[in-house]
Amino acid sequence: MNRVVFREVEGRSGSYYALLGGIAVVLLAGLGAAFYIELHGQYVTGMSNQVPWGIPHVFAIFLIVAASGALNVASVGSVFGRIIYKPMARLSGLLAFALMAGGLAILVLDLGRPDRLIVAMTHYNFKSVFVWNINFYMVFFAVIAAYLWAMMDWRLDRYAKPIGFFAFVWRLALTTCTGWVFGLIVARQAWDAAVMAPMFIIMSFAYGTAFFILVLLAAYGWTGRPLGDAVVRRLKNLLAIFVCAALYFTAVQHLTNAYATEHHGVTRFILFEGGVYTAVFWLGQVLLGAVFPLFLLWYPAMAGSRQAIGFACLFVLLGGLSQMYVTIVGGLAYPLILFPGMEVSSSFLDGQVASYVPSLAEILLGIGGIAIAMFMVALVVKFLRVLPLSLADEVADPHHRNPAAKSEEGAEDVAQTPQAA
Amino acid sequence: MTKDRSSGDPSGIDRSRRHVLKAATAIAAVTLAPGWQLIAAAEAKAPGEPVTDKNRWGILVDTTKMDKATCDVAVDACNSEHGLTKSGHPGQDPQWIRRLDIRDPQTGAAHSLPMMCQHCQYPPCADVCPTGASFRRIDGIVLVDKHICIGCRYCMLACPYKARSFAYRDIEDPKPHSPRGRGTVQSCTMCVHRVDVGGIPACVEACNDVAPGSMIFGDLKDPESEIAKRVSEVVVKRVRADLGTDPGVLYLGV
Repeated sequence: MNRVVFREVEGRSGSYYALLGGIAVVLLAGLGAAFYIELHGQYVTGMSNQVPWGIPHVFAIFLIVAASGALNVASVGSVFGRIIYKPMARLSGLLAFALMAGGLAILVLDLGRPDRLIVAMTHYNFKSVFVWNINFYMVFFAVIAAYLWAMMDWRLDRYAKPIGFFAFVWRLALTTCTGWVFGLIVARQAWDAAVMAPMFIIMSFAYGTAFFILVLLAAYGWTGRPLGDAVVRRLKNLLAIFVCAALYFTAVQHLTNAYATEHHGVTRFILFEGGVYTAVFWLGQVLLGAVFPLFLLWYPAMAGSRQAIGFACLFVLLGGLSQMYVTIVGGLAYPLILFPGMEVSSSFLDGQVASYVPSLAEILLGIGGIAIAMFMVALVVKFLRVLPLSLADEVADPHHRNPAAKSEEGAEDVAQTPQAA
Repeated sequence: MTKDRSSGDPSGIDRSRRHVLKAATAIAAVTLAPGWQLIAAAEAKAPGEPVTDKNRWGILVDTTKMDKATCDVAVDACNSEHGLTKSGHPGQDPQWIRRLDIRDPQTGAAHSLPMMCQHCQYPPCADVCPTGASFRRIDGIVLVDKHICIGCRYCMLACPYKARSFAYRDIEDPKPHSPRGRGTVQSCTMCVHRVDVGGIPACVEACNDVAPGSMIFGDLKDPESEIAKRVSEVVVKRVRADLGTDPGVLYLGV
């Protein structure tokens, strides 16, 4: 195994500036949308008193959850000592930082009074799970920054492992709290469940890893730096395991609800009668977001195809957005049960499934959050040594044996790893 | 510092201070006493006087004395008292109190009742509020401090009674006693501006004009109050009692 050399990307080509410019346009569109909503009032959104959290929260919480998961690669390297992941730890940390920043930006810009951010930073109700989250996010930024520093400064190298371990524990706690944002809300039939916290953790693994693989493929594809199959194959398998685990938790959540008569209503709503929410669940979250990516990742004829892996990641992310949509908007659209067993109606739309049609501004704000994250990553890799010059098998893979040695050992080994030749 | 203090005349300084304090106390007593007496005569809380946990304000809704029209009277009174207007977008319009029509699908029995903030002893909205803007006053009234509400709307998700509205638009014709602001959350204040000067909520007042006894407002902790006597005689319903929020709004006949 050769020494891993980190180097900034050159970032002088027209295509690099085109990439930055393209992301900046989306980012500015998002900021413009936020300004438009702020200028006119939230009535220009599709939100209502029945569905007060909409598309911006779907994107924000999706990014925050993905941020936690994007740290997987660094954790597997630092905490679990898998050497092959270590060269990618810097990108993993940077992406986690950037996704968190993108998610939080949406969250803040979607506030009714974003100008009162300072109030949110100075008035704390420590019983609020929201406050727990805010504090977890702030420390998350600090820990990731310290982690990156320790990894990039050889004098602090010995601190990288303990900081990495702390970051690992911290982001598990963080995503537990993010799951609790919903799991602790006893009022809502769709949310009030302990499974929300671990389910969010496992989903964060899937979304974060998908984001990471996409960024890795893009970065190495566009810069022309070598990216070996050993790295990609491991990440691909990791992603597949996480997607399966997320599916398992989803199944457990709905099967548990399907057993208890009290929850039959909400289960029937999500799984069968919820219209757009049922469609988004089965088509978006399950079929396109999990089953199809697993097919792309596992189908032998496509095994190892970078394109198939890239598409699989995109669909996992689409599944993540679908899952957040079903969880957040679907959970809010299902009516509150004020008088169990009774039919209720009112001018405030009690007893009815609420409708929510997102406005363009909300969608732009949400996508703008992703743009913030991608802009940060694209910019930072130009100025900091985040990406290894090569992640070719002979550099990254500790078990790599050079082809010459393999051919000496016999034709069988070479056949098993034809890409090494 | 220590040296300066010991070198002066401490007894002289103390005496002069004492004179000043005595004079200030006397002036304050003379100035404030008549005001206190007036307020005591009106059986209301003095401006600036803190609320105490000696009271727990509550409302008993007797649905057997209520019909749809009575509920609508309560809704109209609230809208008028607090300047709540309609924008043509029902989903976004604030409703601090609404008429809830409920029907038992097995028997066909139907009721109508007013539903508003239940002024819980353990309000989930206040639990989840990140800044503490949603809070429960010690006398049981749950309010939103519009100055520190950041408009995150998490309280709206947590409220089991759908009692909260978000100000999606600029407030036209705001009432000085009922502060609201675009981008913040609002809900029934139990007409705290009336209660604090010895009055009763607008909805209760209006309902009792058309259906006496349909809504009783009072101090649940005062055994001599009408509401406390009534709830000690009859079994009342607390909406979603299973959640343990211990509402201050109680229902009879459902």
